[in-house]
Amino acid sequence: MHEMALAEEVLQIVQDTARREGLRRVHALWLEIGQLSSVEPEALRFCFDAVARDSIAAGARLEIVAAPGKAWCEACAEHVALAALGEACPRCGGYRLRVTGGTQMRVRELEAE
Amino acid sequence: MCSTCGCETGEAVIEGGSSDHARLHAACMPHSHAHDDPVGHSSARILRIEQDILAKNDAYAAHNRRALAERGIFALNLVSAPGAGKTALLVQTIRALGAGCPICVVEGDQQTSNDAERIRATGARAVQINTGKGCHLDAHMVGHALAQLDPPRHGILMIENVGNLVCPAAFDLGEAHKVVLLSVTEGEDKPLKYPDMFRRASLMLLSKIDLLPHLDFDLRCCIDNARRTNPDLNVIGISARSGEGMAEWFAWIGKGAQLARAAGGAQAPAAPLAEWSVHA
Repeated sequence: MHEMALAEEVLQIVQDTARREGLRRVHALWLEIGQLSSVEPEALRFCFDAVARDSIAAGARLEIVAAPGKAWCEACAEHVALAALGEACPRCGGYRLRVTGGTQMRVRELEAE
Repeated sequence: MCSTCGCETGEAVIEGGSSDHARLHAACMPHSHAHDDPVGHSSARILRIEQDILAKNDAYAAHNRRALAERGIFALNLVSAPGAGKTALLVQTIRALGAGCPICVVEGDQQTSNDAERIRATGARAVQINTGKGCHLDAHMVGHALAQLDPPRHGILMIENVGNLVCPAAFDLGEAHKVVLLSVTEGEDKPLKYPDMFRRASLMLLSKIDLLPHLDFDLRCCIDNARRTNPDLNVIGISARSGEGMAEWFAWIGKGAQLARAAGGAQAPAAPLAEWSVHA
């Protein structure tokens, strides 16, 4: 359940920012989670609610923006969309694919006061 | 609080550490703050953060990687499901190569120091990390274990991760390569079920191949499945019990260790112990 560890890292980033910026309350957070990252968004949401309880971000709205998976297909010599690891190239059906996008896990923005 | 890097105490315990160093903030549990002011949204503002969630782990990993490179140490992160044979493989590897090249081991498990004891029985140095409720090693824990272990120059470092094909995939420890073990008593479709781990590995060791005659395991199908997520994955079939494939595994390690030694150079004096320290 590494979503718990990730949720704790998110809260740490929020708390570091709050300290630096003198924030009193965090209302919302925007995360960008790639389709091919090792994160289950709903599990992350559940864990974040749990770890943020009693913190400056208690009850904050978590907006998770999905970033599409992308890969370079050697056979097609083209970038293609990839919905999940282990799937075939949607153009040629081959597997000579190199993941080029959609693995990110980022905290993008906070709404706070 | 840890006196090395100021981390808060947490669940992970490194055996042999001082009371200050022994407990790490693996969990990084947040402290609670009381807020008695009523919340109004009138003064709310948007702040751009743009930070990777694992930025802190990745910084620790980069520090470990740099410190290992300076010493010319070849470091591997061994990952698998529980029971695939990581410790048995390490024991046989140390017996075969340990005399020619110092091998140190960092062992990760939720509880017990059984695995570190199995390694130490071979004469090699090992430090056990108990992650408590944690399901993976992180780079911060490994940095502390390295400070404890003080691995010698031009050696090999084996990090045996917690048996788990999911969580350890996301956490870089500073290793040169992830090596994933899959025993032939598991399913051929494991690389499809846990693609992230197989995508991030440089080498897949198919372990316990001496059992193949007793099983319906389709070796070819398993390798094809793994290469669907990682077209460049190297594969070696091994048996720590019969010795089959072990020479090829040793040769693979030997090549990596030689490159690490050459890159580490002999000119710089061995880094003092404090250089392993992890700075927050």
